[in-house]
This record gives sequence, C-alpha cells and structure tokens, in this order.
Amino acid sequence: MTTAILISILMTVVGAATPILLAALGELVVEKSGVLNLGLEGMMLIGAVTAFAVTYSTGSAPLGLVAAMVASAAASMIFAFLTLTLTANQVATGLALTIFGIGLSSLIGQGFVGLTVPALAHVFPAALAEDPIWRVLFGYSPLVYISLVMTALVAWFLTRSRAGLILRAIGESDEAAHSIGYPVIGVRYLAVAFGGAMAGLGGSYYSLVLTPMWADRLTAGRGWIALALVVFASWRPLRLLGGAYLFGAVMTLELHAKAAGVSVVAPEFLAMLPYLATIVVLTAISIAPAGGRLAAPACLGKPFRATG
Amino acid sequence: MAKQGQPPRLALEGITKRFPGVLANDDVSFSVAPGEIHALLGENGAGKSTLVKIIYGVQHADEGRIFWDGEEVEVANPKVARRLGIGMVFQHFSLFEAMTVLENIALGIDEKYSWRELQQRVTEILKTYHLPLDPRREVHTLSVGERQRIEIVRALLQKPKLLIMDEPTSVLTPQEVERLFETLRQLASEGCSILYISHKLHEIKALCETATILRGGRVVATCDPREESARSMAEMMIGGSLRDVSRKRTADFGPDRLKVIRLSAPREGPFGVPLKEISLNVRAGEIVGIAGVAGNGQNELLAALAGEMDGAEHGAIFLNGKACIAANVGERRRDGMCSVPEERNGHGSVPGISLSDNTVLTARYRMGLTGQGFIRYSAAEDYARNVIDTFGVKATGPKATAGSLSGGNLQKFIMGREILQKPDILVVSQPTWGVDAGAAAAIHQALVDLAAAGSAILVISQDLDELLALCDRLAVINGGRLSEMMEVEGISIERVGLLMGGMHGEDDASAALDQEEHSHAA
Repeated sequence: MTTAILISILMTVVGAATPILLAALGELVVEKSGVLNLGLEGMMLIGAVTAFAVTYSTGSAPLGLVAAMVASAAASMIFAFLTLTLTANQVATGLALTIFGIGLSSLIGQGFVGLTVPALAHVFPAALAEDPIWRVLFGYSPLVYISLVMTALVAWFLTRSRAGLILRAIGESDEAAHSIGYPVIGVRYLAVAFGGAMAGLGGSYYSLVLTPMWADRLTAGRGWIALALVVFASWRPLRLLGGAYLFGAVMTLELHAKAAGVSVVAPEFLAMLPYLATIVVLTAISIAPAGGRLAAPACLGKPFRATG
Repeated sequence: MAKQGQPPRLALEGITKRFPGVLANDDVSFSVAPGEIHALLGENGAGKSTLVKIIYGVQHADEGRIFWDGEEVEVANPKVARRLGIGMVFQHFSLFEAMTVLENIALGIDEKYSWRELQQRVTEILKTYHLPLDPRREVHTLSVGERQRIEIVRALLQKPKLLIMDEPTSVLTPQEVERLFETLRQLASEGCSILYISHKLHEIKALCETATILRGGRVVATCDPREESARSMAEMMIGGSLRDVSRKRTADFGPDRLKVIRLSAPREGPFGVPLKEISLNVRAGEIVGIAGVAGNGQNELLAALAGEMDGAEHGAIFLNGKACIAANVGERRRDGMCSVPEERNGHGSVPGISLSDNTVLTARYRMGLTGQGFIRYSAAEDYARNVIDTFGVKATGPKATAGSLSGGNLQKFIMGREILQKPDILVVSQPTWGVDAGAAAAIHQALVDLAAAGSAILVISQDLDELLALCDRLAVINGGRLSEMMEVEGISIERVGLLMGGMHGEDDASAALDQEEHSHAA
C-alpha cells in the first residue's frame, strides 16, 4: 500500500518535472551561447497550443509534437532576428515574446477550450507500463524518456563535442571567438532555434500528457521556473536534471498535502511554494560570491556587433 | 636583403592603405629574410598595426604587392595567411577565461585533431621550446606570460615560417621577457622569420637584427638596432629630439601624507584578487611606485584607496594623519586625495557626456564647481578649458564628449583634471598606458612637478621602466600582497622581476634572492 503511494508520488513528481526539464535544457544551450531568452513561457504556450490544435485536427500526437517544435522555434526566430540581427535588448525582447506567446496561444486556443485529445501512447508494452510496480520505470509518456535522452545528449554535446566547445567559446567571449573566425551570430541563431524547439516540446507536455485538454494559460508560469532552473543548475545539464526533479517535488507538494489531508498551511501557500523557491534560489545564487556567478557564460545577454 | 641568392621570406612593395581622413600606410616597402628577427618600430598611430593586419589578411591594402618566398601572393583572409605559414600573436589575446588551455588551443587552430593527438602535439611543442605551461589549467588562473604562451603554442602548431609578434612584452615580467626571447631565438635558428613589433627599444637592441622604423605611415629609416642607441632610434621614431623628464632626487621628504596600515579588501569581479594586509606610506614630495603584473590586486588597491569599495575594505587609511577608512569617494577627494583609475572610458570618465561635465564629477569640491546644490557650468567649462590648454589635449573644446577623444588624449585630460586640483595625495593607475612617447613624457613631467610642489604620489603601473624613472621607492604587488618597500636607487631589477612573478614559487624566489644578496655582499 505504501509502495503504491510512493510510486504514485514519484510519478507525479516526474510528470511535473519533465516539461520544465525540456524547456530548461533548451534554454541552457541558448544561454551557453551567450543569449538570454526570457521568452520561454511564451514559447512553451505557443508549443502547447500548437501541439493541441494539430493533434486535435489530425488525430496524430507525434505530428502535434513536431508541429509544436516547429511553431516554437519559429517564434524564437522572431526573437533571434530582433536581438541578434538588429541587436535589440534581449531582456525586453524576451519579455515581449512571452506576452506575445500568451496572447497568441489564447487566440488560437479560443475554439479548443474544454476539448480533449487522447493522451500520448506509452512506449513500453502495457504489461510493463501498467504493472503496479514497474510502471515507476516504464509507465511514462515518451516525452519523459525523450527528456532523459536529451539531457545526456546536451551534456555530451557541451563537454565532449567540438561544436559544443565552439558554442561555449562564443558564450564566453564573442569578441575572441569572432577574431579567431567563428560565426558568432550564426551559432547563436542555431542555439536560439534549438531552445525554441525544446520549449515547444516542453509546452506540448502540458497539453498532450499532463492535462490532455486545452485551457487558457495552460503552463501557468512554469516557463519562469524553467528559467530559474538554468541558473540554479549553474548551467550544467546533469545538475539541471536533479534541479528539475527537486522543483517537480516542490510543485506537487500541494497535491500530495491535499491528498494526505494535511492542512497545517493553506493550500494556496503551498501552491506559491515553487515560485517562492525560485526567488529564494535566484537571490541565493546572486549573493554567493564566486561559485554561482562564475559559472555564468561571460557574454550572457550582451549584444554582439561584428567589427573589423 | 636576400642572403645567398635566397628570395626573402616576405617582401612588401609600395603598400598603401587609406582610412577615411587618415593615410595609415603610405608606400611602405621592406623585406624579411628567412630566419631573420626583424623589428617594426614606431609610435602609436605610426601604422604598425595596420601594416601587420594587411600581412595577416585581416585588412587589405589599397595599393601595393606582397611577395612570399619570391612569389606574389594575395592574402585574402587570416586562413590564407596561416596556410602560407604566417602565424600571429596578437597584443590582445583572444582567449576564453573560463576554459582550459587545451580547449583554448583547440579553438584557435584550423586543423582538427583528436583530443589525444592535440594533447600530444601541445606537450611536444611545450617541451621543444621550453615553455612552462600546464594544458589542463583554466585560463583565468594563469599569469599574462602564461596566457601569451597559449597564443604562441597556437601559432607554432601551424608550423609557421613567419611569426608576427604584436607588442608581446608590454605586460610581461623581465624574466618572462627573457624566456620569450630564448624561444624566439630558437625559432629563428630553425629558419622561422620573426616580425617583432614594439616600441621598447632596449628589447629590440637585444633581440633584432634589422629594424624598419615607421612614422606617420611611412618608412623613415632602416637600421641595425645593435649598432644604434636606444635614444637614436627613439628620435627616428618621433622625428625630433627626445625630452627627458627632469627630476631632482632628494632625500628630505615631508611628513606622511598617505599612510595605509594592514588594508584588506575583497576581490572585485570573478577574476579579481583580494587584498591582503597591505601597509605603505607616501611622504610629501615623494613618488612611490607599485609594480606588478596585471590582475594581482591593482584594481582592488586603487578602489580601496579611492573609497570605491563602499566599506568592504578594512584596515586603516590616514590622509594627512586623518583616519578616512569610513569616508566615501567624495569625502576622500575633499580631504585631499584624488585618484585616476586604469580604465579611462567608463571609470575615469563618462564617455557620453562633455569634458566640462566630466570635470564636475571629480573636481566639484576642490575647484568649487558646484554651489547650493547646483552645478556652476561656467566654472566647470573654464576648468575644463584650463585642463585642455595646460596639458595640450587635442579636443574641439570643453563641450566635446569624453568618448570622442582618442585614448591618449583622454588620458591626458583625466590626468590633468586631477593634477590641476593640486591634491595632497594623488593615486594613479597606469598613467601612460596606451599613450605615445611625447604625451607620456608630458604626463611624467607633470607628476614630477606635482611632487616637487609637495604632493605625495602613488603610481600603480605594469611598466617597470616608467616606475624606475619616476619613483623614489617602489614595492611589488603579487596575489594581493605587497612586498617590502625598496629604494629605487640601486634597486636590483632581477629581484623586482622575481617578486613580480611570485607564482613561480616563493621558495625559488627567496632562494634566488639569498644567492643574489650573497653575491652582492661578496
């Protein structure tokens, strides 16, 4: 009995963690290249609504996922064009992208409110996926496994591959990278597109897996938590994984407290916890003398203009 | 210049390059033989950098031809240059602070090696040329000399036939310079030509066989530096006779104007160095120097003395005997201490506002540029004009923005702004960094005159020659600690160099010092 409870708790934690892990992985690569895209929330919403709309109209969830990635990547290209080509302020542009994403997803989602789609099918055979014990390993949506594979891939890419080395170098010193002859702006475009696609994937988790039903502002600010997570993990993919599950646990606390009938504090307060935790973590990291800030890419958020 | 019928490694013919309003290179011709160490001499703005960029393919000449081993070539970009066998070590390194030496080398080369291969080749080069460097260290933990070695290894990995060094020694300790020269001589003996750009004449005398001297974009002389004196080459460079800084050394100084006791302060920025219990004093009429390689706590020392640390520093600072550790920047200025930081755009001045407004920022109390909470614009403008006239600043007037001035001119303005306030104590960092020889001499003279009038001056500089010429006493800062004070007269350069390179192990340094002291005693 207790094992069953434990397993169900574990599974909700993984469920809550996966979308922010996906989005944060993308943002991590973007920030490693020296670009700060605060439009994560907006891109996740665009991904969520696109995934829902395409799945609903075609009946194919994989098609919905691909469409979500393409749509969010396209939205991120607006950001990239404004900030990289026209060197607009990245913070302001990112915030604008979020507002744009919220509006666009509401508009597209208008006709879909309250409708449902079939949830994404399991990857593993039902015997494993629905086994009361083994489902803790095999009973997740394919997106959960994709997020784990992507974590490993991003970690490998950044630390082992030459392309990853160049990407980190560009985030570390765009001037030096440019003078050696690397295409700073080109690499950053690619990174931002990757970040967009991953945010779309993360967003589609909300509309296709967590609640296979459309509601306005489905992501409920989780994009901001994903952003904080990148800083929390000090730009390291494996720490990001741990951080995502930690935040996932905090986020589901309200749910479990309610289920267990604990009412020491108001449930509204528990619902605030993840956001509160985000603020505490960000503050703690910016106070920390070296550790936290040293890990940040030196050129994060700085516009780059090629000269000479 | 070709020896035994061999064509020169590199020959330039009539290279001309124009920028809007400036003729950077005007019909420049010279050649470099295989295995020759050739100096390119000239003041700032003489066209050395432009010429080198043309050779390396970063810029393109408007007219003229380049010959490589006797054949005419077109160097379209640095990749083409590297393929020809031209390697370049830039004055400003293109390095990535948070990455390892090996990663930095991998980023800077065209060939793609596997990690193991690269590691092997790098270790080989380090051994062949006796370059002390650990490939696994992260760059921000390295000294400037070690950083330069990364650039040299990058260049050597491409097996260059011509190595261009742009102002390579400006930030090295004397020992690091000697190490570098040995490497360069070894390279030259293997047939690699070296084009060495510098304005340090004694180095050129020690290293180079031929010197081409540029002035105003034209070749004005070619000489054998071993047969010239430093003075004669300097005069060819500036095209006139050199003004000496006249300094009467005296031993009677006044009372302590600035006294610092066990001053500690946290580091500034992730790559800074915290100050550890620094004590020093500067007497009236005295110039005291702080030598040291960049990034050893100089920025923190200036900030702590100027009062920019917002109370993060502790220890004691006395201005004219008055404790001022709790005073902020403005109060310290009012009490008689002015300061000039190293960074002139953004720290020493605000680039976007006028020179006259910039005077208000630091001179408002001492020169009465504000009153009843308002700025006295006409007083500020008069003061700015006074600075411009007295120090020969090339600017359109007090209304010109600080950012519109060239580096050297802005430095003259900032120095003048502080000196004309007649401070009791003046703390300056890198007073002549990036300033040409004529302007540097003027700044030095102004500092000497200020000291003669009874002020106490603390000069923080990486340029040891400058400190030796100016100062009465000097100490070396390394890793945030200050060495003991030494009288400049009769100082041992070797000892200063060892103190500057403190990272080579304190034991080695003190052993060498002991030895030296013995030899002096004997």
